[in-house]
Amino acid sequence: MATETATTGGQRILVHPLMVRITHWINVVAMLIMIFSGWRIYNASPIFDFKFPVDLTLGGWLGGALQWHFAAMWVLAFNGLAYLLYGIFAGHFRKDFLPLTPRAIFNEFKKALHGKIAHEVGVYNAVQRAAYVGVIAVVVVLVLSGLVVWKPVQFQGLGAVMGGFEGARIVHFFAMSLVVLFIFVHVVMVALVPRTFLPMLTGHAKNDSHGQGS
Amino acid sequence: MKIVPKKPDRSLVAPTREIVKLERRLFLKQGLSLGALTLLSGCNVTDGDAVQKVLSQMSRWNDGVQAAIFDPARLAQEYPESAITKPFPFNAFYAESAAPRVDAAGYKLELSGLIRDKAPWTLDKLYALPQTSQVTRHICVEGWSAIGKWGGVTFRTFLEQIGADLTAKYVGFKCADDYYTSIDMPTALHPQTLLTFKFADELLPASYGFPMKLRIPTKLGFKNPKHIAAMFVTNDYPGGYWEDQGYNWFSGS
Repeated sequence: MATETATTGGQRILVHPLMVRITHWINVVAMLIMIFSGWRIYNASPIFDFKFPVDLTLGGWLGGALQWHFAAMWVLAFNGLAYLLYGIFAGHFRKDFLPLTPRAIFNEFKKALHGKIAHEVGVYNAVQRAAYVGVIAVVVVLVLSGLVVWKPVQFQGLGAVMGGFEGARIVHFFAMSLVVLFIFVHVVMVALVPRTFLPMLTGHAKNDSHGQGS
Repeated sequence: MKIVPKKPDRSLVAPTREIVKLERRLFLKQGLSLGALTLLSGCNVTDGDAVQKVLSQMSRWNDGVQAAIFDPARLAQEYPESAITKPFPFNAFYAESAAPRVDAAGYKLELSGLIRDKAPWTLDKLYALPQTSQVTRHICVEGWSAIGKWGGVTFRTFLEQIGADLTAKYVGFKCADDYYTSIDMPTALHPQTLLTFKFADELLPASYGFPMKLRIPTKLGFKNPKHIAAMFVTNDYPGGYWEDQGYNWFSGS
């Protein structure tokens, strides 16, 4: 986003429009509830040979975790839907995530390995674009596989492409894992470049870093 | 005399802007800590607090959504007998050894509520109804699933036989193990909802629910009552053993 807002004594640009900020923070709350209650649900019948630490789970018991999960899913889904519609129709996806080519991702990644990362305020580099587009796609898969686990008979057509109820559970688990991985990297990146944090609250940032940094 | 460059008077402008920013920041901060607070307080679902009320209301809302998306004509997948899970897992709120031993000779199924013919049913009379079977997936609320073969009478046939009010909202069940649950009428009338007496072509063993289990492949396992001793048709929400503790009532698949 590079809508310019001229202010006295310096150029501040709108990095994140209001709609992106609102849906981002609603998503943070909804996604955390979904993950921590989901871990409790997983623990009731683990797919793999491990359980999540109970202290990191939400709900107190399976029934409580399911209540949280089935309540927050509506917040996650409708907030996500609002974001997708905004992204498509207000041009957010086109302006901020495109163009996106494998070559650009590869080049950016190579540069990053040499410690040369572009920090252009309000412009995502190719690796960031790939990460954001990727996590949006993963959340879509997470929601769809969740629908199949929730209603395997009613959504059996959708379930068929995931290997039915049991397959959808595994898809749901790995989609969750990818989202958790994304959150981890995302939070680490913000911690490494803290000035990217405030614009997700205020929307604006000072345009003080042009072009390539090192 | 120093020449001061012309600038807007920040002493007047800046404070208001700062306050607006601060307010906005506080609002977000409070919003976040409120979220964190609800996360903490929600850990004990037996709390009669506001959070629990919202969660319970959401569960009722989810009952409505599931009733709306339930397609009475959509069948659960049926499997070949080779897909049957062996051994089929035992599951109840007690250990397998505590499963009730119901005396077949003295058994009578009690009927009450919105039913025309409330005469109790002996097992022989139930066995004389047209029998069918299905191989379907039992999905537990815990997340595991297992495929089994159940045999019995289509529940709809039985409900029609006893003159149940098919426009009523609920069918409730009371079981010999003090379990109780209830289902919606559309699910009770679903073609795959069977009142079963057999598992894997044998009379139901005690651990699988002798003398009968209502098999509903369009609902989670805990909505499939075993050891049924009495059933009733009603328009008053009857709840259930797990449902009253917080499991979602409709729990459709």
